[in-house]
Amino acid sequence: MNCVLGSDNILNDTVLYRVIYEAVGNVLPCGLSYVVAGLAMMMILVNGVLVGAGLFSWVERRLIGRFHNRIGPNRWGPFGLLQPMADLVKLLTKEDLTPKSADRLLFAIVPVAMLAPVILTMAVVPFAKDTALANLNVGVLYILAVTSITSVAIFMAGWASDNRYAMFGASRGVAVLISYEVPVVMSLLGVVLLAGSMSLDDVVSAQNVPFLLVQPMAFFVFLAGISAELNRTPFDLAEAESELIAGFHTEYSGVKFALIQAAEFGAVLTSSAVIVTLFLSGWSGPFSEYFGWAWFLLKIGVLAFMFSWVRATLPRLRIDQLLAFAWKFLLPLSIINLFATALEVYFLRDDAGTLATSDLWVMAGINFGVAFACLIIFGTLIKEKVRPARLITGDTLSAVEAD
Amino acid sequence: MPIHTEPMTVNIGPQHPSTHGVFRLRVTFDGEEILEVEPIFGYLHRGTEKLAEERNYTQIVTLTDRLDYVSSMINNQAYCLAVEELLGVEVPQRAKYLRTLTAELQRVASHLMGIGFFLQDLGTLGTPLMYGFRSREKILDLFEMLCGARITLSYMRPGGVFFDAPDDFWPALDQFLEDFDIEFEELERLILENEIVMVRTRGVSVLPLDLAINASVSGPTLRASGSDWDWRKKAPYDAYDRMDFEVPTATGGDNYDRFWVRMQEIRQSIRIVRQCVEQIEPGATRAEVPLILRPKPGTESYGRVEASKGELAFYVVSDGGISPYRMKVRSPSLINLTVTEHLLVGWKLSDMIVTLGSLDINMGEVDR
Amino acid sequence: MAVHQLSAEELAEKVSVGVPDSLDTTSINTAENVIWVKSSKVADVASFMKSDVGLDFNFLNSITAIDYINHFEIVYHLTSIDKEHTAIIKTRLDGREELSLPSVYHLWRGADFQEREIWDLMGIGFSGHPNLKRIMLWEGFDGHPLRKDYL
Repeated sequence: MNCVLGSDNILNDTVLYRVIYEAVGNVLPCGLSYVVAGLAMMMILVNGVLVGAGLFSWVERRLIGRFHNRIGPNRWGPFGLLQPMADLVKLLTKEDLTPKSADRLLFAIVPVAMLAPVILTMAVVPFAKDTALANLNVGVLYILAVTSITSVAIFMAGWASDNRYAMFGASRGVAVLISYEVPVVMSLLGVVLLAGSMSLDDVVSAQNVPFLLVQPMAFFVFLAGISAELNRTPFDLAEAESELIAGFHTEYSGVKFALIQAAEFGAVLTSSAVIVTLFLSGWSGPFSEYFGWAWFLLKIGVLAFMFSWVRATLPRLRIDQLLAFAWKFLLPLSIINLFATALEVYFLRDDAGTLATSDLWVMAGINFGVAFACLIIFGTLIKEKVRPARLITGDTLSAVEAD
Repeated sequence: MPIHTEPMTVNIGPQHPSTHGVFRLRVTFDGEEILEVEPIFGYLHRGTEKLAEERNYTQIVTLTDRLDYVSSMINNQAYCLAVEELLGVEVPQRAKYLRTLTAELQRVASHLMGIGFFLQDLGTLGTPLMYGFRSREKILDLFEMLCGARITLSYMRPGGVFFDAPDDFWPALDQFLEDFDIEFEELERLILENEIVMVRTRGVSVLPLDLAINASVSGPTLRASGSDWDWRKKAPYDAYDRMDFEVPTATGGDNYDRFWVRMQEIRQSIRIVRQCVEQIEPGATRAEVPLILRPKPGTESYGRVEASKGELAFYVVSDGGISPYRMKVRSPSLINLTVTEHLLVGWKLSDMIVTLGSLDINMGEVDR
Repeated sequence: MAVHQLSAEELAEKVSVGVPDSLDTTSINTAENVIWVKSSKVADVASFMKSDVGLDFNFLNSITAIDYINHFEIVYHLTSIDKEHTAIIKTRLDGREELSLPSVYHLWRGADFQEREIWDLMGIGFSGHPNLKRIMLWEGFDGHPLRKDYL
């Protein structure tokens, strides 16, 4: 043990970093191993997200293949597992086109600007006990800040491409991201109130009862908002394939396209990771001392599967309906949830300001009641617009059934 | 600072994932809203009517396959009816039933595709489309048993059908009918009452009945606006006079109703197929007609059927030669497009794509 | 009730009363149940057939042009959705150059694309059509390909 991090060093909290630093410190001078450990962390982060994204692209294609009664990619490697590699090689060897009238610099920055927030988000998420790559005390705030970069990137793509479809996609994308940011933040506040901290580590350890149960409405709002920010159906307006070819990335090809795709698939995983951490008690579960990472991956897998399932099933909303959904439905829900949670915390907390597990169960009961009441009220309000005036199974059908 | 906006003109197509072929719309948008729209087509114009003047009556059957290439059977049928009327030939009973049966199977296949792409345009990532294709594939397999082809069938000939159905066709058809009920119910459950489909399509792009009739709109598009006009009922051809079926109609005239009418027509078509299977009897499948047909000079006929897209008719004029003097195709897809401007202006880009899907046009037939 | 086609006599009687001096009696009637109309009166006859209570032809099935070298024949197939009957009216245009017929666009919107198509492929103009330009081929295409003398 040549090198030991000082207890005042902020990296001291990050166990993984400390372990690497001390291991490398056995052979290298301390200054150098400080840098090497940092680079190793970056490698883990970037490769983890990119490999995960590649793997998820295969998983999703196989899954959607099954939803479609198809097989999906199954040729290259066992079960087609090497398909992402093949795709990557293909995309790398493709010509990298830039439109003549494009803003070349902005056009080139976009793929990086899309991918960076995805990777950066993962940095603060603990994937087992004490293993967040950076244990920030403002983790939640950091995630919100970093993911907002995506909207800038989308608008840059639309503007720099000088393509009208891309412009349509970009303006839609920005409208959606700005609208959905509000309910997402509001729903997160409930979680922060409960945990009493913005550090994701603390949020996980506060979840004696998963916040999915304590904050059902916030979970729902957050899930809807995240789907919108991920550009996935039913909110995939920014790249609505049947309308806008590929939306904001219509003009991208070759390696830039590969990066954008990696960012999109990676974003599903990082968002799932964030949801798992905030609402599904993160890495904790039975034997989480040793198998925390397995619980974490399992929960991410379940959520990612759900995202694929939704994507394969639902049609797309129209832009005005999408924005109305955010402002007229999700935002009121998240505000109601925030007030309910605040009141509950105010009345239930003990003198030290902490909540007992039994209090969490009480809150879960109350919040489920509030959630059902809200759903029924809002459901009846919008029902008239959705349901057909006449009966679907009318005379023509009953005659068939009588056959 | 006052916000300054200006309209933006976009060419949707001819290469675009949702124009169902090489169709082009020159659209002027105010933001997402459509101000002006002009349909432009002809990219697939092959001069079928001119080609027909150079081929004999039997050869033209193959040209009709390539009009609406997802419902070749019905095209064959319309053309054969026209030529039979020209010649005054009576078609044997078995051939009539085989024609009715195959035409209805083809209508199911065509509607499944129409619905599938309509929902694809709504953004469903192809799941309902693939559900439809699963059944359509089986129909194509049945056609393959009948005539060896799957898309460009040329199964029917003036005077009947070219081959009788092979023996293993009937069990295969029974199996298909059995499977189809389950498969179609799955599709219905998946999508027919989906809330997002409802909010996206109900009340959108309404086609009032008087405009529909005035603009010669036909087929499911007309019936979704409230008319029950169906040539299978109004002027029964082949074996339709012996079939018990209903004509589904809706009153809204919006995108949802057009979609809904197609869904219901599939049920009715299957009903007709079942009746055909019950009623068909052994016998000849083709009338005694010469290989080279020579109708009397100066005769003409207007053979029309209720195709999957609407009223399909072949107007054939003979001068006594071995090929028609003039053959006009009354293509429903082209004429249904007359109302595009009315349907699209004032709606949004997303609605435009869906409305085009709900009209269920086929460019092979529009451009001919 | 099945749709039936109106007989030529019945139709001719009504049309000659509704629009006097409109029937063309010189043309040889080749097909059954067809009435011949003078080309200048086509729109008037169509208007009468659409508005007459007994005829009520509210649906235009198709318009066809046929090239007979010396003259062109234009055929209108009509249907009455409410009365459930059909009719065919024909007219002829002599010569080959600068042919023109009155348009029925304002009676039936369904004539829009069909008249444009006839102009495009047969070279017969329709006076009163608001947007008469080529439809299948591009502007500047030389000739009208469905004519018998085009290749």
